[in-house]
Amino acid sequence: MHLEKLLEIANEIRGRIISNSHKTKMPHLGSCLSCVDILVAVYFHSLKIDPAKPDDPGRDRFILSKGHGAPALFQVLAKKGFYPEVMLDSYGEDGGIFAEHPPTPDHLAGIEAATGSLGHGLPIGLGMALSARIQKKSYDVVALLSDGECNEGSIWEAAMMAAAQKVDNLMVIIDFNKWQATGRSEEILALTPLVDKWSAFGWDACEIDGHDMEQLINVLTKEKNSEGKPIAVIAHTVKGKGVSFMEDDNNWHYRIPSEEELVSALKELGLVK
Amino acid sequence: MRNAFADEATKLSMADNRIVLLSGDIGNKLFDTFKEKNGSRFLNCGVAEANMMGVAAGMALSGLRPIIYTITPFTTTRCYEQIRVDACYHNVPVTIIGTGSGFTYAELGPTHHSCEDLAIMRVLPNMTVLAPADEVELRQCLQATFKQDGPVYIRIGKKGEAITPKKDNNFEIGHSITVSEGSDVCLISTGILLPIVMKAAEILSSQGVSARVESFHTIKPLDQKTLHDTFANYPVVAVVEEHNKIGGLGGSIAEWLALQVFTKGRMISFGVDDEFMHEVGSQNYAREKYGLTSENIVLQVLAAYKPS
Repeated sequence: MHLEKLLEIANEIRGRIISNSHKTKMPHLGSCLSCVDILVAVYFHSLKIDPAKPDDPGRDRFILSKGHGAPALFQVLAKKGFYPEVMLDSYGEDGGIFAEHPPTPDHLAGIEAATGSLGHGLPIGLGMALSARIQKKSYDVVALLSDGECNEGSIWEAAMMAAAQKVDNLMVIIDFNKWQATGRSEEILALTPLVDKWSAFGWDACEIDGHDMEQLINVLTKEKNSEGKPIAVIAHTVKGKGVSFMEDDNNWHYRIPSEEELVSALKELGLVK
Repeated sequence: MRNAFADEATKLSMADNRIVLLSGDIGNKLFDTFKEKNGSRFLNCGVAEANMMGVAAGMALSGLRPIIYTITPFTTTRCYEQIRVDACYHNVPVTIIGTGSGFTYAELGPTHHSCEDLAIMRVLPNMTVLAPADEVELRQCLQATFKQDGPVYIRIGKKGEAITPKKDNNFEIGHSITVSEGSDVCLISTGILLPIVMKAAEILSSQGVSARVESFHTIKPLDQKTLHDTFANYPVVAVVEEHNKIGGLGGSIAEWLALQVFTKGRMISFGVDDEFMHEVGSQNYAREKYGLTSENIVLQVLAAYKPS
């Protein structure tokens, strides 16, 4: 898919996420906006998936390990065609399926794992990647982590096992927006240098601009290394990306946009006049 | 028991190529045959149990049937959230083996004791909880586990557990096995205490009290049919387990019993006090300390059966 088209989809998804947050009072807007470009690049460019066959054993797997990005993922899956976009009209309603975090795969097509408790998605993704080897299948697994999520010890347990097992069909993307729920991720637990950490853990690590669609596409489709190393992509991002008054302001981890803020955001995105 | 586990897991894995064995850096040489037969399906996950449980769930979501093996506290309390979310919430066929349950590793101290596992496992939705008495029941548990879906926890001992001959060997998850018939009192045993309970029944018999013995290899789902039968027909029903008195089989039966309208039977229970055992001691020392002996079972049952 052309770059322009991917950027257009990302912009449209941003508008939908913000509108939905206003309507349903779903939080984590900043966290969703920081990973939209990554999600669009993964789902509309690199993943080998067929929305008509969500259970295809040979499909690539994507795991939103930062489960609080679900409001973004739900929009992307609908846009990709896993379910009708009209289903999202029931977002947040009692008895519905769309909540703050992804449900289990049994309850929504396109979801690979019910995340939300941080530090779970990567080990699950590692299990899926190892399964491909055991079952002699050739699919790839991509797990999207938040920088705050790297606080969890289970992330580093999985990192060491993936390196020991030379799991070369596994990619981690870190949505490195420099914030976690209540403060700077660097200050709460010493997080950096992230590239050096993942390299030292035996991964083929690199860093990119996580909002540069061309860089995203290049890294998602690059050749596997010859040493069997799993790949770690440290994607530098901006929390709240796309709306000037939300960018890099951690209040938007929990804040819900008012009517005026919604209109202002949609105008800035060029989605309304 | 662990040798029987390794042997049965190897046999089952040769018939079912979905079976994968994950070890938490334990079982040196124990799994040599498994590795020899299916090397690609054995993974030493290191001393990293949270990851191991997540990996297992990821494998189960991909169509495999992983078995997780390490010492009980590390395969239960250590990675409890992964069991709850990754295995139970997703309702996937992950089989969790806790080896060295209760006071099997008494000498290693409370870090290695496990008297809470039945309580915390049975409260999890979708989880099946099993505690075989000996290697015969263990093999049956494993065979039955791979015929059903969903997560299963199996609490086992270590080695050298005696095999108890039983009246019948019909095994089905959720149906206790009648080890011996009796007409006066009923003794319900779960897990590796069965030989002690059997000896208690023999002593009772020599004193003119006929005791029926049931092996409750399944803690969840609870065998309500057998419970109805025993509490309707016996004035004393004793529940015996090497587990905290809170929340195990005794706790489970007490919850059930409180909601029944008929009550011929009075329940008495034998289990571990709500404390950590700080003294050094063997498994037998621990059992004596908490009254998990044939002699104490006889004493308490007689006191309840023939109030003086």
